[in-house]
Amino acid sequence: MEALQFFIASVTAAGFGIAIAAFGCGIGQGMGLKAAVEGVARNPESSAKVTVTMLIGLAMIESLCIYALVVSLILIYAHPQAAAIAELFAK
Amino acid sequence: MEHPYLFLTKLFELFGLGDFASAYPHVVYSWLVMTVLIVFGFLASKGMSMVPSKVQNVFEIVVSGLDDFIVENIGEEGRLFFPILATIFLYVLLGNLFGLLPGFFPPTSNINTPLSCALVVFVMTHLIGIKYHGVGYIKHFMGAVWWMSPLFLIIELIGHSARVLSLTFRLFGNMMGHELVLGILFSLGGMFLLPLPIMTLGILVAVVQAFVFFMLSMMYFSGAMEHAH
Repeated sequence: MEALQFFIASVTAAGFGIAIAAFGCGIGQGMGLKAAVEGVARNPESSAKVTVTMLIGLAMIESLCIYALVVSLILIYAHPQAAAIAELFAK
Repeated sequence: MEHPYLFLTKLFELFGLGDFASAYPHVVYSWLVMTVLIVFGFLASKGMSMVPSKVQNVFEIVVSGLDDFIVENIGEEGRLFFPILATIFLYVLLGNLFGLLPGFFPPTSNINTPLSCALVVFVMTHLIGIKYHGVGYIKHFMGAVWWMSPLFLIIELIGHSARVLSLTFRLFGNMMGHELVLGILFSLGGMFLLPLPIMTLGILVAVVQAFVFFMLSMMYFSGAMEHAH
């Protein structure tokens, strides 16, 4: 039963982890997008440069959420107790 | 959530190497990316003339675009590093885009491919620093004032090691996440064209992630070349 409790805890943590990461990432990207749109509204000629810079910034912020996603995936699929849990489900 | 049918694995099975190809599909498909890039390069430079033909025109746009971007950001010395940076960009871009073709496996969705590219960039950064500054390269890690050097040294070393991890996980996470979402959507309702919006997003993600990897490598090279604080 130890393995089952560990699995339940891991999966719960994975779910909350990625949810909180997506929350922070959404706010961060929204602020970046807000500044980019204000910049284009002030100066429509700089639209191309501002758009490229905004996309690069969004990719940087998104990568933080991807790190949290990778940790969640490790918790669900590849954590150290994987052998014990696999035999738990094989019965 | 495995790819059910891979062309190259079936092809290798004809030659009896099926076990190798099905255990390491990322190696086999990265060979395919290399072959495609080499063939395109050969085709583009076959009948080179001052007034370019169609294939040569496309590659001139790509090469000159990358070259101008590098020189605009690093300066004239950056032209020396154009081959490695352009190779990283084209290899990662083609590797990412393979994920959108049916029957193909993107080599960048296994962790080994992005890790290898990130390690090459890491080693190259320090080689550039040593080449341009000699032993004085250690000043990059010392910080602004001399009495905070031990603390700064530890922080800079950890930061540099984190670069390898961040480059790897950014590319791997984006590609692996895309593959997982596609796999789940296919198992939910693939015959009703449900995964199509995700694949459209996948094109954008593939191009943006290749560009971000290339741009970050370029900025690390530029940071190693410039003077310390």
